[in-house]
Amino acid sequence: MNKSVLFGAMTVASLAAGAAAAGTLEDVQARGKLNCGVTTGLVGFAAPDANGEWKGFDVAVCRAVAAAVLGDGNAVEFVPTTGKTRFTALASGEIDMLARNTTWTLSRDVDLKFTFVGVNYYDGQGFMAPKELGVSSAKDLDGATVCIQTGTTTELNLADFFRANNISYEPVPIETNAEAQQQYLAGACDVFTTDASGLAATRATFENPQDHVLLSEIVSKEPLGPLVRHGDNEWGDIVRWTLNALITAEELGVTSANIAEMSASAGGNPEINRLLGTEGTLGEMLGLSATWAKDAIAVSGNYGEVFEQNIGESTPIGLARGLNAQWTDGGLIYSPPFR
Amino acid sequence: MTIITDPPKGSFRLSMLLNDSRYRSLTLQAIAAILLALAIFYLANNVVTNLQRLGLNIDFSFLGAPAGYDINQRLIEYTSQSTNLKAAFVGILNTLLVAFLACIMATIFGVFAGVLRLSNNWLVSKLMSIYVEIFRNIPVLIWILIIYGIMTVVMPAPRAFRGEDAEAAMFLGISAFTNRGVYIPGPEFSRIFGEMGILSAGIGWLVAIAIIIGSFFGARTVTRRATRIQEATGVRPATLVTNLAIWFLPLIAFFIITGLTFEIPELKGFNFKGGIKIGAPLIAIWFALSIYTGAFIAENVRAGIQAVSKGQTEAAGALGIRPNRIMSLVVLPQALRVIIPPLISQYLNITKNSSLAILVGYADVTATLGGITLNQTGRAIECIVLLMLFYLTISLIISAVANFYNNSTKLKER
Amino acid sequence: MSDTSANAVAFVRTESVPASAPPVNAAGPVKWLKDNLFDGVGNSILTVLAFVAIFMILSNTMPWVLNGIWDAPTLAACREILDGTTGACFAVLSERWNQLLFGFKYPSELYWRPALAFAMLFVAFAPVLFFDLPRKLLIFTGLYPFIAFWLIWGGPIFNPILALVGLIVGYVVFVRLEKTSFAMAMGVGIVSAAVVWSLSKFIGSDSAILSIGYLETVPSRDLGGFMLNMMLGVTCVSLSLPLGIALALGRQSSMPLIKYVCVIFIEFIRGVPLITLLFVASVMLGYFFPPGSGVDLFIRVVIMITLFSAAYIAEVIRGGLAALPKGQYEAADSLGLDYAQATRLIILPQALKISIPGIVNIAVGLFKDTTLVSVISMFDMVGMIRGPILASTDWNGVYWELFSFAALLFFVVCYGISQYSQWLERRLATDHR
Repeated sequence: MNKSVLFGAMTVASLAAGAAAAGTLEDVQARGKLNCGVTTGLVGFAAPDANGEWKGFDVAVCRAVAAAVLGDGNAVEFVPTTGKTRFTALASGEIDMLARNTTWTLSRDVDLKFTFVGVNYYDGQGFMAPKELGVSSAKDLDGATVCIQTGTTTELNLADFFRANNISYEPVPIETNAEAQQQYLAGACDVFTTDASGLAATRATFENPQDHVLLSEIVSKEPLGPLVRHGDNEWGDIVRWTLNALITAEELGVTSANIAEMSASAGGNPEINRLLGTEGTLGEMLGLSATWAKDAIAVSGNYGEVFEQNIGESTPIGLARGLNAQWTDGGLIYSPPFR
Repeated sequence: MTIITDPPKGSFRLSMLLNDSRYRSLTLQAIAAILLALAIFYLANNVVTNLQRLGLNIDFSFLGAPAGYDINQRLIEYTSQSTNLKAAFVGILNTLLVAFLACIMATIFGVFAGVLRLSNNWLVSKLMSIYVEIFRNIPVLIWILIIYGIMTVVMPAPRAFRGEDAEAAMFLGISAFTNRGVYIPGPEFSRIFGEMGILSAGIGWLVAIAIIIGSFFGARTVTRRATRIQEATGVRPATLVTNLAIWFLPLIAFFIITGLTFEIPELKGFNFKGGIKIGAPLIAIWFALSIYTGAFIAENVRAGIQAVSKGQTEAAGALGIRPNRIMSLVVLPQALRVIIPPLISQYLNITKNSSLAILVGYADVTATLGGITLNQTGRAIECIVLLMLFYLTISLIISAVANFYNNSTKLKER
Repeated sequence: MSDTSANAVAFVRTESVPASAPPVNAAGPVKWLKDNLFDGVGNSILTVLAFVAIFMILSNTMPWVLNGIWDAPTLAACREILDGTTGACFAVLSERWNQLLFGFKYPSELYWRPALAFAMLFVAFAPVLFFDLPRKLLIFTGLYPFIAFWLIWGGPIFNPILALVGLIVGYVVFVRLEKTSFAMAMGVGIVSAAVVWSLSKFIGSDSAILSIGYLETVPSRDLGGFMLNMMLGVTCVSLSLPLGIALALGRQSSMPLIKYVCVIFIEFIRGVPLITLLFVASVMLGYFFPPGSGVDLFIRVVIMITLFSAAYIAEVIRGGLAALPKGQYEAADSLGLDYAQATRLIILPQALKISIPGIVNIAVGLFKDTTLVSVISMFDMVGMIRGPILASTDWNGVYWELFSFAALLFFVVCYGISQYSQWLERRLATDHR
């Protein structure tokens, strides 16, 4: 068993070494699978369900890219990564793209040499506290013990916030969300802080969600989005425009229900036609098929549908669109035009 | 009779490199050196190519940049504006602290369990073997998670102490056991050192330790003098009162002069304030490592005591030595020779296993340098290399101590 | 005089008086109690304390265990059934047992494959562990790695067969040439095995051979649960044995270069915690492979754990080598055996026999340490608990049931192995004490 695994790996290694010069797109097409890095489990964003299927908001982005490139939304290998392993996994080529609620920051973009292709969720760090504590603002938290889920920018934001307001606190860094929850519910910390979306997702799983409040302050900007390696702009373009296609589809009213009918033949709206490939050569420019965007949208619907299915108000997580509404509805979700 | 002379010069053949035992080892070493160099070159070349392709570089300057995060448990002054290097240093001290505490505690557990396992009380010895088997056969990772979980759930939260009819009460009114940690009264010097701010306690305790050391030497002088008198006259003067006075009077006087008071922790706001806090993560990892390693040490102790042949005890008895002196003069010195080497390797294991502190949120060096710093800077290679160097240094130091001990207690065979 | 003596005879018993029963406190259960539990004041206090401790533990855990609920779809439903009484929600185990054992991605219709491989593991190990069994069974042990690989990962049976054929060819060549020179035989053997392996390049991906005995492939990323722990443990220990032997011999070598390379390697690996080596596997090792090779995480972890256990096994074997009397080496030399022969025929068989209990201890420790892979985002048993199961909405908050189950599984396996090791130690004890 062992020798042949190693042997197989060596052969693959020697074969792949020749192909390394090719772009990520060719690699993915040759492999027939997209390797997509996700979290090890955050309900609503990326988590395996009881049957072992990955479900979630970030997962939908991976599936859309796989559909655009390979025509099949299931041709994805989900690679669970931790806060520690995600960047190396991407840099060393273990994964083709990372969709793991990762905050877009300058140092990650410039120093770590990654390209953030866009923002699929505008988040911010918030606090959750038990109602009986009677705290309404994070500025009342002087001397409190704070549970932090490590592995993201959370620790830094927290330190900055408390330093700026000149109040003291005791951080308790915790590895996984489940353990942080156990600490918080047992009263080992007064408040739990992570991205507001994560807080909502966590609260949704509590026995008595109404006993806990999210404090009003959002102490940071957390634009979360998929990212790829620096230096392969063609691949970066594909991921960027797949995300934009989902967003534009919502803006133009293209949904998973009507996409078959709309893409059958060119309709009255030229932008929809260009998006769905019934007019123009946008797919060809990207090096993909003409129906790439249609395939991407058909997997799990447009941006709004993905949001509603995974984290929207009808789900236990119950996040409102807020900043993540379309720009036409007063939100920040905005896609450059398809032309 | 032929006289064997040096092989004639110039008759060197290539095949001799492999067949002549004078050259064979050189040949093999040369081949090994070439293979090794090739392997290293291959790996290094891959690293360089990969890093170049990604536009990355190996750069340790991030160590000088502000860390940006806070650390809960720290032995030296540290703020979120301190450098990553200092954060790593805080982590190193925390690792050493928990390793030191766990070594002591594990030795206590291990010696107790090991001795009790040999007890002729059937129930106790069976209980101890159950303890040893259960803890030796379940991964330490699971134990750490279970013990941290038990601490969190079983101990009351600070808010349980609040209100008129609180669910929890302070122990004897001076200590609080909560799931955030244990708060005990902290000594404070109200006079002399009081005005010196944060340093006061530190200097105060240094002086106190100096006084204790002084007392130790004082007491030893008295005891030696007593022994001399005993050897000269056969009568040993009473030293108990003198010794007690030497031990305690100076210390008590020092405490009275400096106005030692104990600050009792009390619930203020979200947490207990004042006194000394021993954080829950520290207690959890400390206890988990101690009780886990204690099971291994118990086996070492048992084996060590059983290794002393029964004839030794009987021989000592035949010489008329009393039982407790047999233990201290005959059995223990021989058992220790067997116990100590594996004990030191258990200490090494504790130090290495303390890297699992990351699971309970204890800020050891794996959690600061190899955790948050690595996450925030993305400098994986640099952080992990430094981390390994640190553990390697500690291990080498401990092994050096072990070797020194082994050599000094080796049976001198003639 | 004679009268008295004749009369005296009447008073002499011809048989001895039957022994009267010992006093009640000097025999039977009472004596046992007195000797073992209440022998003196200190001992009695200890006994009472022990009883109190047992009572405390049992009274706290038994209601929880006995009142356990085994059938409920979610934690909330389970708590509803319990209705405020103390009780465990073992329902999570009956609901998710498959994920705990096989991971969440392994296709459920294929569970029979790893289960079969696990069952065959016992058959394969039996002749190694018990010397009395017929030696012919060792053939199956040799075949087992290939069968297990095929069963667990799937794919065409051609791959493992080719690998096996390559090994056999290499071995046959080695045996043929061994008489001339050990080193040359080794080299030629390896080369001929590699030649056989490279034949696979000439087989097209659509070749008919590949469809023979094809099992559905399962990528190694989909392995998980207790199966992953078992696989890592078994694979790494068996791979590290030959490496460990080589390192131990290298460390004893008279050639300074080889000796110091081995010493540095062993001391380095033993000096750092396994978790840092796993970090290396997860975040650094990728850089050591050629660009784009993408060796998957499972193999990288196997490499690091194998190196780790090889260093420890090397130290155990070195102890075994050191324990051999010098006369054995000298005897081998005087028979005119060269280094390879002496090592293979005289030294190693004896040294390995002494080292077996130590190696078994290392194996148990290593098996326990495979749980550390959960820290680097692999879903082994502990990883499954900390990740997908505790993060799911259904079972968020069930800690004790899951960890007790994991602890129980590990205990059964490790206790079993350590009992075997003790049996073996008694069996191997040849010094008749």
